[in-house]
Amino acid sequence: MLILKLAFRNLLGAGLRTWLNVLALSFSFVVIIFLQGIYNGMNAQAERASVEALYGGGQYWHPRYDPYDPLSLMDAHGPVPARLDSLRTVGLATPILIRQATIYPGGRFQSVLLEGIDPDQDVLTVPSALLRGGDDVIPALIGTRMAKTTGLRPGDQVTVQWRDVHGTFDAADLRIRQVMRTLVPEIDNGQIWLPLERLRRITDMPGEATFVVLRRDGPGPAPGTGWTPRDLAYLLQDIRALRRTKSIQASIVYVFLLFVAMLAIFDTQVLSIFRRKREIGTLMALGMTRVQVIELFTLEGALHSVLAAGAAAVYGLPLLAYEAAKGFELPVDTQAFGFAFGERIFPIYSVALVVGTTALVLVVTTVVSFLPPRKIAKLKPTDALRGRMA
Amino acid sequence: MADSILIKAVALGKTYAFGSTTLKALDQVNLTIARGEFSGLIGPSGSGKTTLLNIFGSLDVPSSGTVEVLGADIGKLSHKDAARLRNYHIGFIFQTFNLLPVYTVYENVEFPLLLRGMRTEQRHKLVMDSLAWVGLADRADSKPAQLSGGQSQRVAIARAVVKQPEIVLADEPTANLDAENSRHVMDTMAELNRNLKTTFVFATHDDKVIAHLRRKITLVDGKIVQDEQV
Repeated sequence: MLILKLAFRNLLGAGLRTWLNVLALSFSFVVIIFLQGIYNGMNAQAERASVEALYGGGQYWHPRYDPYDPLSLMDAHGPVPARLDSLRTVGLATPILIRQATIYPGGRFQSVLLEGIDPDQDVLTVPSALLRGGDDVIPALIGTRMAKTTGLRPGDQVTVQWRDVHGTFDAADLRIRQVMRTLVPEIDNGQIWLPLERLRRITDMPGEATFVVLRRDGPGPAPGTGWTPRDLAYLLQDIRALRRTKSIQASIVYVFLLFVAMLAIFDTQVLSIFRRKREIGTLMALGMTRVQVIELFTLEGALHSVLAAGAAAVYGLPLLAYEAAKGFELPVDTQAFGFAFGERIFPIYSVALVVGTTALVLVVTTVVSFLPPRKIAKLKPTDALRGRMA
Repeated sequence: MADSILIKAVALGKTYAFGSTTLKALDQVNLTIARGEFSGLIGPSGSGKTTLLNIFGSLDVPSSGTVEVLGADIGKLSHKDAARLRNYHIGFIFQTFNLLPVYTVYENVEFPLLLRGMRTEQRHKLVMDSLAWVGLADRADSKPAQLSGGQSQRVAIARAVVKQPEIVLADEPTANLDAENSRHVMDTMAELNRNLKTTFVFATHDDKVIAHLRRKITLVDGKIVQDEQV
């Protein structure tokens, strides 16, 4: 308690030097938490968007469906099992049929996936209602990425060629009803959304689907239908794996910021001990043991982070709370990240993040603060009084 | 008489190693300091005064021989016991005052008592009494940087005597002071010696200090060459 009191007294007595360090350290606190909050917000947004637009509350896959094997798509279709169809009728599920096809935009050809979706479904956030009607030309939806690669715009017609269930080639024109702005690359890249029944009719696959998506707030997938149940943990594993890869990058920034902050503390400690050699000798002459002097200097360094946490709370909390409420506009084309990002990211600051960061900085600061004062253990009081360092 | 002996050095030697050579700072020093003395180690620079004072103050240890301070063998004390001896029984006054710069005058004088864990009220009384002895009670809230050299040294004296130690060791206490302040500081210490019976041992080559001493121990090249009672 005495050492704590003396350490506080020394810190406050040092005035501006202390407060500059505290300010620098508190800045690191806020930036670390802010960046981690943005990162958490991005992850949460990416997962949420993927769930809302594609995964729902889980899926049932046709036994031959393998999204990692394009060749499997040829045979990955079949009648929707009765139990799943009954879920569809009460709005708890929606079937999706996927077929491979080729389109000819501007005289070029491009392989695409035709995805049939019920225009009246509300299980997914795909704006399928735009696919209603259109008896003459098949209505179609594409995403912004697809529009960019094909040059197609709303109202454009494009010829599509496909093979039906018997392997017979056929072709028709599609009219782009809308270019949807989606956060999820998996429903955009190389994909064209059509009315489910139209796709079933032109491929001669009545009542068939490739997979069935469950409503988010409904019961999750379970075995027993003959189709493969896939829960969200399975469906999101790619996003989470990608997130882990990204988290390494985020950790580098985290460690760098921490390193800069710790360098400041270490530097301060080294300078402090160098500058205060006579004081160390005086403290020993007045009756402090070496261990007490080491404790005093270590605690002085560590208390920087305590004061910094306080300062960060004063100006950082309102700032972070404002960002969490208003969101953060991403300054770059973040589609390059391969994640589903919105134009605004809403940072998420968990208690674990704030407490964990604070605890980590406190522990690391204490360790870093302890390193320079270790020299005092070898210091003779007479050398210290003369201003010499062993 | 034996009870009144506070410091006893027998065949005391101190050497320092500088690479392959050794420097003999103290050589076969035999000396006793009795309670209530106002004595000084005098001699030119490099004669071993400060080394001897540091060993008396348990800041250093002898290379040979023995030194007993208040019955404790300095060469055999642990770091912790040496710190305790300094905190409870020995006061130091340095040439450069060595006040703690971020503390106020009051906090500087209070410091040795804080280490003892003394209660606040008792601490306050002792600190204010000490400051009153040296005539600086009205500067309790000042910082060392706001004091003159003479005032700073008087604060150092107050800090040394506040714990009412048996021995005060003063190393060149007037070296950084002008004549007027030197006289004032020495008068203060002489008065404390008379009133509190505190034993003072000086290391000095300042004539102004030497004039106040009642015992003059002259060192040359680490040896006592003269020990004169006045």
